[in-house]
Amino acid sequence: MIIHLRIWRQEDRTSKGRLVDYTVNEASEHMSFLELLDVLNEQLLQSGDEPVEFDSDCREGICGSCGLMVAGIAHGPQKRTAVCQLHMRSFNDGDTITVEPFRAKAFPIIRDLVVDRSAFDRIIEAHGYVSVTTGSAPDANAIPIPKETVDDAMDYAACIGCGACVAACPNGSASLFTAAKISHLGLLPQGQVEASQRVISMVDQMDAEGFGDCSNYAECEAVCPKGISIQGIARMRRAYMKGVLSA
Amino acid sequence: MKMMSALMSPVGRKVLTGVTGIGLVAFVIAHMIGNLTYLSPDPTAYNAYAYKLMSLGWIFYTIEILLALCFILHAVVGITIQVRRRQARPIGYKNYTSAGSPSLQGYSARSMIFTGIILLVFLVLHLISFKYGPGEAEGYIATLSTGEEVRDLRRLMTEKFHEPLYAFGYPIIMILLGMHMRHGVWSALQSLGVMSRRLSPLVYTLAAILGILVAIGFLFVPLYIYFW
Repeated sequence: MIIHLRIWRQEDRTSKGRLVDYTVNEASEHMSFLELLDVLNEQLLQSGDEPVEFDSDCREGICGSCGLMVAGIAHGPQKRTAVCQLHMRSFNDGDTITVEPFRAKAFPIIRDLVVDRSAFDRIIEAHGYVSVTTGSAPDANAIPIPKETVDDAMDYAACIGCGACVAACPNGSASLFTAAKISHLGLLPQGQVEASQRVISMVDQMDAEGFGDCSNYAECEAVCPKGISIQGIARMRRAYMKGVLSA
Repeated sequence: MKMMSALMSPVGRKVLTGVTGIGLVAFVIAHMIGNLTYLSPDPTAYNAYAYKLMSLGWIFYTIEILLALCFILHAVVGITIQVRRRQARPIGYKNYTSAGSPSLQGYSARSMIFTGIILLVFLVLHLISFKYGPGEAEGYIATLSTGEEVRDLRRLMTEKFHEPLYAFGYPIIMILLGMHMRHGVWSALQSLGVMSRRLSPLVYTLAAILGILVAIGFLFVPLYIYFW
């Protein structure tokens, strides 16, 4: 299949970027979208041009490294997959696909389609953890936890921190990411001790990083490769109010 | 102080918008039901209702002050959220589209800032036309069945809604109000954290029904006056 691409090219953090048109003549419907970009880059290298920079690592949809706005949607039109698991069969022969980086002030562009998502790391550093003595792994069933609670916590723990929620949010809010981490830890007994401190520190850090406010559009849930529910955001707000009132 | 900074946090801003929004929804519903007394077969019912409200005295003024606070806070926080939205993404996308369900990014959600600003401007005009409009001093006097002489709001309303600008302008604004409530009611409850997997879809549907009912309840009276 023939695929036309309009890709955001930007030299470095400070330079002005622009959309550049490319055509890949030998695309296959079995390729992932990132493999299509690999083919394009080979083309570019052969003609002596600079390849398009983009992030990827596991290419199995579990690491959270990749993330692109494909045809106007974070991770592309295929639901519940990262862009590495988006295959060209989702498109038609002759399609023109616009590819842009995840855009947010808190995610500055490094080059082309690569953005700096270390703002997420700083939200985790703020208190996205439980303080436990490390050592050998504890006995798996030492603390009884209801199955439903574990399932809920696991659903939130599935967040891979890719940043699609921020990219898709019309307000550039990081509420879903922050809420997933808070809910994952807050649902489990190990997370209770620092629950109030955690939610306040993480929400404050999210604000300090310059992410926008949530308007309950639920666009984040629609693009999340792990389908994390905005119920987590409601849970984060409850935890925050509880934390403030009990402090 | 700690409470203040908590209210100014991203969660606090949403809680403020939600709480004030719910206060405003309560007001809007009460106002709409009050307006429907215009349709009562008893022609003094509407003026009697307005008079009764005013004679609540300090309770009435306390509610007025609370509502004014709700309006101001709701608008200030809403505009702040909009300003922060621009700051959070200084360079927008060339190509952006909603991913569709479960996204709730419909017309009503996307237009909150516009419907909100229009409603704010409307509120000021509305208060000038009616609340601070002609009263007893200008000869708008009605006699209730009890014999009391009160402000004839019914006459003012009848006159105003015979003007096409009012008769058709008001219904349009009320449709915008319905849209604002469609996203607003659901959003307020989600902002206050009173949500669960089972409740969410129900609340989202009920918000739509409430928005439609309030819009119809309000726009019916002006159109009734103009056409009948």
